[in-house]
Amino acid sequence: MHAEHTSLLAVVIALPLLGAIFNGLTGRKLKNDTLVHSVALAAVAIPAALAWVLLFQLLGMDEHGRALHQTLFPWIHVGSFQIDFGLWLDPLSAVMLLIITNIGALIHLYSIGYMKGDKSYYRYFAYLNLFIFAMLCLVLGDNLVVLFLGWEGVGLASYLLIGFWFEDRENAKAGKKAFITNRVGDFGFALGMFALFVMFGTLTPVGDGGINAQLAANPAAFDSTWIEVAALLLFVGACGKSAQIPLYVWLPDAMAGPTPVSALIHAATMVTAGVYMIARLNGLFFHAEIASSIVLYIGAATALFAATIGLVQNDIKKVLAYSTVSQLGFMFTAMGAGAYAIGVFHLMTHAFFKACLFLGSGSVIAAMHHEQDMRFYGGLKKFMPITHATFFAATLAIAGFPFLAGFMSKDEILWWAFASERGSTLAYVLVLAAAFCTAFYMFRIMWMTFWGEHRGVPEGHGHGDEHEGADGHDHADDHGHGDHGHHGEPKESPWTMTVPLMVLGALSVVGGFLSIPPIFTGHESIHFSLHHWLHPVLANSEVHIAEHYAHASSVEWGLMALSVSVGALAFFATWVLYKGKDKLYDVFAARAPRLHDALWNKWFVDEIYEATLIKPLVLFSREGLWRIIDEVVIDGVVNLVADGGKVTALLVGRVHSGDLRASAGVMVLGLALVMAAAVVFGVVDVDLSAVTDLFSEADASGDGAAMGGE
Amino acid sequence: MPLEHLLLFSFLLFTMGVAGVALRKNLLVVLMSVELMLNAVNLAFVGVARLIGGHDAHVMVLMIYVVAAVEVAIGMAIVVNMFRQKDSISVDSFDAMRG
Repeated sequence: MHAEHTSLLAVVIALPLLGAIFNGLTGRKLKNDTLVHSVALAAVAIPAALAWVLLFQLLGMDEHGRALHQTLFPWIHVGSFQIDFGLWLDPLSAVMLLIITNIGALIHLYSIGYMKGDKSYYRYFAYLNLFIFAMLCLVLGDNLVVLFLGWEGVGLASYLLIGFWFEDRENAKAGKKAFITNRVGDFGFALGMFALFVMFGTLTPVGDGGINAQLAANPAAFDSTWIEVAALLLFVGACGKSAQIPLYVWLPDAMAGPTPVSALIHAATMVTAGVYMIARLNGLFFHAEIASSIVLYIGAATALFAATIGLVQNDIKKVLAYSTVSQLGFMFTAMGAGAYAIGVFHLMTHAFFKACLFLGSGSVIAAMHHEQDMRFYGGLKKFMPITHATFFAATLAIAGFPFLAGFMSKDEILWWAFASERGSTLAYVLVLAAAFCTAFYMFRIMWMTFWGEHRGVPEGHGHGDEHEGADGHDHADDHGHGDHGHHGEPKESPWTMTVPLMVLGALSVVGGFLSIPPIFTGHESIHFSLHHWLHPVLANSEVHIAEHYAHASSVEWGLMALSVSVGALAFFATWVLYKGKDKLYDVFAARAPRLHDALWNKWFVDEIYEATLIKPLVLFSREGLWRIIDEVVIDGVVNLVADGGKVTALLVGRVHSGDLRASAGVMVLGLALVMAAAVVFGVVDVDLSAVTDLFSEADASGDGAAMGGE
Repeated sequence: MPLEHLLLFSFLLFTMGVAGVALRKNLLVVLMSVELMLNAVNLAFVGVARLIGGHDAHVMVLMIYVVAAVEVAIGMAIVVNMFRQKDSISVDSFDAMRG
């Protein structure tokens, strides 16, 4: 595939970086919030506009040669290891580019309202721009090293933003947890890259001679074991970044960051990096069947596992966080089943509705003065109509209401999990159950938050409102509704927050039509669809529907009906359980206390990790590495050297009495000794006989002749 | 006068110089002792030159005189400054280099 050159890509990637640098360096001095958010917004909005320009540039190209390429500078040139900082835009990275810059721009806009008055306003926007830059490196990099740079960069931005309000120790700890958990995954990712380089001699997945092309040309030339190993190692990296079992534990805690960050980084973009990476290396995963099947089951298991935890959480952001983990599981299920285009499609629809849900929750949290416990919500529909409408649309989308975005993509995933050559009934059952849980916890949020009676925060309830600003209210508009707590009625958020909500809400409704499942079109390929658009990238990695299902559209219709009715069932279940309960919600706990307990405590995974991994590691580090290796061995050697010097100095120092005469005496003595030694040991060849001869000559010729007379 | 007498005399002068530097307290005397050593060497040079002829040794002697003159000028300046600091020119008053 010959790629055309473009220089727009450099602008796209440079602007967010410049924005981050500008705000990071000057924000503190200038203290001008308007300037800060104008610069930050422009640094994302301009690339967002350019992304559309680039899209049309791609559309204008031949379908099979759709790629734009730009090498910015030679980066690492060591012998045969040649890495350039190159950018590559093909249909796949174009989808990611559009999602990142456009949703990124919306969330920047939203943040202007949400973060208003925060004392580190400039720092927030600098980090957010930095994130966009790193994420663009990740998706636009034409080789895995640039991708890895972005991969680590988004990790850094994520860490900085999770711990944004670091005065609270818990937030700082959550940031640390995310960072350290990701290190485990990155270790696998780096090993995977090494394996790829050894096998293919390049780290470029795309273009002529890239990894995908090499595999497509001659798959038999490569050892299949090593392909599996490399794919698995890369998937370990994906597990860390995209929060899959067993490395998902950091994502729920990452909700400690500001809510727009949760929406952008921990729902819409960064956490989908693993899915993107697999789509980018589709050739590798296509030829790694065992690894793909592991991806499938890990994805399906994560989808269900996280969804069950989401059933009982009371913190609105916690529910959405587990929902994100679960939805990422759906994407990996698609990847494992070989439905790469559908995984990317779900990535996109998920970005729409999950960003909408997170921003909606942020709007609610701001209105409720940073109370995140849904037990104190209720009846917010009346006060926040826009937030409610958009949140409801996104809820229907994620729950799989027919023809909304989530339905289109999730149903395809269910179908592929069931009927693909690489699918299985077990995987299907897992994701179907996950789909039920998804609908259940989402409607539970709706009942507890927006519908029913408003419960309000009880008087004197200590909630985490330590972050100044970031809510549209002040205490002056408290007009004493006793039942509604002391804050007064919740109010709808300002336009900077509702506009992004409306855009994302609308996308949640219509976004699914970007790729209509083939069953609705009678398996005719539609020209204007994501599936068709991605085809050039994925053409060599086509997994098919298993033969006996290939023409069984009745089965597919049946499964679709099943998943829709499962969603409806979940809705009615929440209706029965949660409608009209004006007390704190504990129906679940009352009916199944032990199950509730397990779910509430997240299946005790954190505790298990604590006991089996962290405790032994800390113990080993403290007692073994610190007390023995560090204190005894390393410090011992260092101290020995130091003490040796000290003792020598004490002994030798006495010579330096400062007494001039003694020094002079010692010097003369030493000089005499050296000279004597030189003569005795023959170092200096002193011919004493010459002197003796002199004397005898002088004697012989008489005193007068020798000394010039007397 | 045999050469060995001259060399012996030169050796004695040099030893006196060394002893002066090593034993005396007065900085001025120490400086004078240094001069004594230099002149002892000069004497040896001149004596040997007389025996074997040539001008090399004379050149050396002249150079040593120059060095000695310079040394006295600088040395005296230092001694004057040291005296201003401590009101003393006893070697024992100056022990800042003690280890």
